[in-house]
Amino acid sequence: MRMAELVMGLVMGVFSLYLMWKSAELPIGWIAGEGPGGGAWPFWLAVGMLMSCIAIVIRWAKRITPESRSEAPFMDSRTIEMFALNTGALVGMVGLFHIIGAYGAIPAFLIFYLRFMGRHSWRLTGIFAVATPVFMFLFFEIALQKTLPKGFTEPLFLPIFDFFY
Amino acid sequence: MRNFGTKVLSLGLTLGLGLGFTAVTVDSAKAWEPKKPVEFVVMAGKGGGADKAVRFIQNIITKNKLASKPFTPVNKPGGSGAEALVHVKDAKDPDHTLMFTLNSFYTTPMLQPKIKVDFSKFTPVGRMAEDTFLLWVNKDSGIKNVDQFVKAAKAAGNKWIMAGTGKNSEDNILTDFLNKAYGLNMKYVPYKGGGRVAKELAGNNANSTVNNPSEQLGFYQAGKTVPIGAFTAKRLPLFKDAPTFKELGKDFVYLMQRSVVGAPGMSKDASEYYQGLFKKIFDSAEWQGYFKKNSLQGEFLTGDALMAYWKRENAVQMGMLKTMGVLK
Amino acid sequence: MEILSLLLNGFAVAFEPLNLFLIVLGCTVGLFIGAMPGLGSVNGVAILLPMTFLVPPTGAIIFLGAIYYGAMYGGAISSIMLGIPGASTAVATTFDGRPMALKGDADKALVAAATASFVGGSVGVILFTLFAPPLAEVALTFGAPEIFALMLMAFATFVGLGGDDIPKTLFSICIGLVFGAVGLDIISGEPRLIFGDIPGFFHGINFLVLAIGIYGIAEMLWTIEVSQGDVMISQATLNIKRIKATLRELLGTWKTMLMGSFLGYFVGILPAAGATPGSLMAYGVAKTIAKDPSSFGKGNINGVVAPETANNAASTGAMLPMLTLGIPGSPTTAILLGGMVIWGLEPGPLVFTNHPDFVWGFIASLYVANLFSLLINVAFIPSFIWVLRLPFTILAPIIFVLCIVGGFVPTLDMHDVWLMLIFGVVGYLMRKLDYPMAPAVLAIVLGPLAEPALRQSLLMSGGSFSIFFTRPFAGVIIVIALILILLPLLKIIYDKKKKPTPAG
Repeated sequence: MRMAELVMGLVMGVFSLYLMWKSAELPIGWIAGEGPGGGAWPFWLAVGMLMSCIAIVIRWAKRITPESRSEAPFMDSRTIEMFALNTGALVGMVGLFHIIGAYGAIPAFLIFYLRFMGRHSWRLTGIFAVATPVFMFLFFEIALQKTLPKGFTEPLFLPIFDFFY
Repeated sequence: MRNFGTKVLSLGLTLGLGLGFTAVTVDSAKAWEPKKPVEFVVMAGKGGGADKAVRFIQNIITKNKLASKPFTPVNKPGGSGAEALVHVKDAKDPDHTLMFTLNSFYTTPMLQPKIKVDFSKFTPVGRMAEDTFLLWVNKDSGIKNVDQFVKAAKAAGNKWIMAGTGKNSEDNILTDFLNKAYGLNMKYVPYKGGGRVAKELAGNNANSTVNNPSEQLGFYQAGKTVPIGAFTAKRLPLFKDAPTFKELGKDFVYLMQRSVVGAPGMSKDASEYYQGLFKKIFDSAEWQGYFKKNSLQGEFLTGDALMAYWKRENAVQMGMLKTMGVLK
Repeated sequence: MEILSLLLNGFAVAFEPLNLFLIVLGCTVGLFIGAMPGLGSVNGVAILLPMTFLVPPTGAIIFLGAIYYGAMYGGAISSIMLGIPGASTAVATTFDGRPMALKGDADKALVAAATASFVGGSVGVILFTLFAPPLAEVALTFGAPEIFALMLMAFATFVGLGGDDIPKTLFSICIGLVFGAVGLDIISGEPRLIFGDIPGFFHGINFLVLAIGIYGIAEMLWTIEVSQGDVMISQATLNIKRIKATLRELLGTWKTMLMGSFLGYFVGILPAAGATPGSLMAYGVAKTIAKDPSSFGKGNINGVVAPETANNAASTGAMLPMLTLGIPGSPTTAILLGGMVIWGLEPGPLVFTNHPDFVWGFIASLYVANLFSLLINVAFIPSFIWVLRLPFTILAPIIFVLCIVGGFVPTLDMHDVWLMLIFGVVGYLMRKLDYPMAPAVLAIVLGPLAEPALRQSLLMSGGSFSIFFTRPFAGVIIVIALILILLPLLKIIYDKKKKPTPAG
């Protein structure tokens, strides 16, 4: 935990520096008769972020916060496993949105999660894996006319559109 | 709900697939039609003038059943339209991507060369209207004509506040013109959206604006604001008392195009379909009524004529931004 | 009593069978749209606009008004049940609604939210009926300095919201404000903070992307860690006895309800402010005036009641500038305005004289829609509770899918989904280190309202801050805001001085 506190403070400090540099693409000073320039607001707030990070690191060194005293691991092995599985599944699903579209990625994610992580029966997994995308399609595409990404499965949907409109 | 949905979809799939196969065989003989919902990108946010026009067009299509698939508006107001331009330029399915454009269609690529957008690559579909601009003041100010306006604004110097819709926007170009033509030093304060600008004038938080008629109409009818000059070639029928700047000896006309543009690389069949569709919309009683009420002008332009108009306008806008000193 | 007879005529319009049917349908549809993370009243109204072409204009606006109300009620549902605010107006509802649900009081929180929404909506619509024209005049004179003053006050009421770790709270506020500045700087017309020249940043970082990332994904990851993957989210039950007890408890919150209603309504009528600052301020005020401020954020019923009365009162308030000035007070009313224009009704100062049937029919339908939203909402509470009792391994993937789709739908851009995922993962890691997240979410909502207002004011005054003190409305609000900000600081200094003496 102690290590993580320091690393987070440092990483966010570096991120603040990046934001300051990026904000400085626009004028960050005071323009006479007009007020602050376009970059001033984010720049000075990023300075505020940096100051906070410095304070966080100082407090870490002085062991003021409970996190900076804690010697417990930031994540135990079980937590790392859960975190990796869940995040991996999410990243995988969003990645698949680009390739096989929402209506392929969502069932894939549900099957993985329900069957292999939740250890539910195939029957229940199947019901959710079919019902969820069908419901999504009817709700978003037909009722609300919001098109979800379809990737290369797009041609399969053309006859369905013809049917509904 | 879910069970019902499943039934409907399984029905849909069987029927749809069946129909689909038959459709493929006859497809080539029939004229082109959209095969899925058409994405109608708006270069402005929800609730603005352009957005209202797009939703109005969407309603005309739905109500008169002009198209077999729905047109779904997608707002991409980011970066003065840069986001919309990039999105449509890179459209994966150009046959089903349209965009409703303003003058930022030319000015944004000039001001932001980084996005690498060339307007002449887009497919011309139809110019639906040209919106007009007027010079407005609050009625309480007692100003009745441009002479009084110039006198008051000169006296106030840079304390005279002109509200508009963003730096380097149409409103800014007009403000710059007034400053140069009459030797004024008005301060330009940008707000988000023309409706907000109109309200700032009616609430006396600005001294003048260059709103479109549709934005000020309500306050005008309530007797809160008055137009004192028109940036058009002829006086507008709705505001007969506002002389054009041409009459006042300044040769300056400025209009805002409202055109429908297709994505680059749209197939010939598709572009012909959309050109015909938007001609129908333009001629519809609803659009003509909207036209009159909002004091719009201009006839329907399409194809090469529209492209020629864009090229002409592009040169004019570039000249204006150069005189403003924004472009080198 | 001219108003009364006009209103009665209005009720006659609202109770026509078709209109009544539209109200019930609108409230139900709105409730579900609002309850879906990512979809709020804006989306509901915008999407259903073309469908209203099948009915006459009065019916159409009544339908949209009902969707608006239904969605405002529905926003609380996902805030309470999932801890994900469906729209920015419901952020404050998560602060206490979520802890209540976790304690097993989801039913109580839902009933409280519904009742509070009803009270807020009713007070709002009554104020609307009585004082529309004079209030419209006040709203008209509100300019950039007043809006900035108001935003400062909204921030001030939130000084105490963060955790105990002051540097981490400050970090959270600052990062939220910086993210709020991404996109376009409207004053200079320049693109700003376009990280890596990715076009997706042109539209800025949508509030929903951060909120769903933090409250949806990060919160789920956190729950999975704490529960090690196998518990129910809540053991909520629902029966008449509990409802009765809840209603009794709600009677005790009448002060909060009145405060929330009035505050929400008056903030709501101001153009450009809308319901979000109103609900946040109501929460802040409720916490400040409470006898036990420390119980807020841990499931205090007042913490649900205050923002819910305020956001419904504000959404009614936001209709006032829309109808009388033609200026939308919120994005949703902007769409409603567009709808009215499409149907050939001109909103504006003359709407009350030119279209009395329409206006009064609409106002009356707001009374009716408010009542039906309450009834429909309460009727659905048992099914919401049932959903909460599903095993976590079923609920979790469904919530994840809703988050991902909810992040995509508002802008139809995969860029936002990836960004949301990053916010979710980083937010989870930061949460583990006790960084408070709520201030960042508030900052990303209020920042984009506050910054342009500040700079517009300074442009108007030629760079002088005196503009905030010389205008009467702005002056009063700013002084209150400064007092609210300085009070806790003074208290800290005072406490520090006292420290040497070992007091309790």
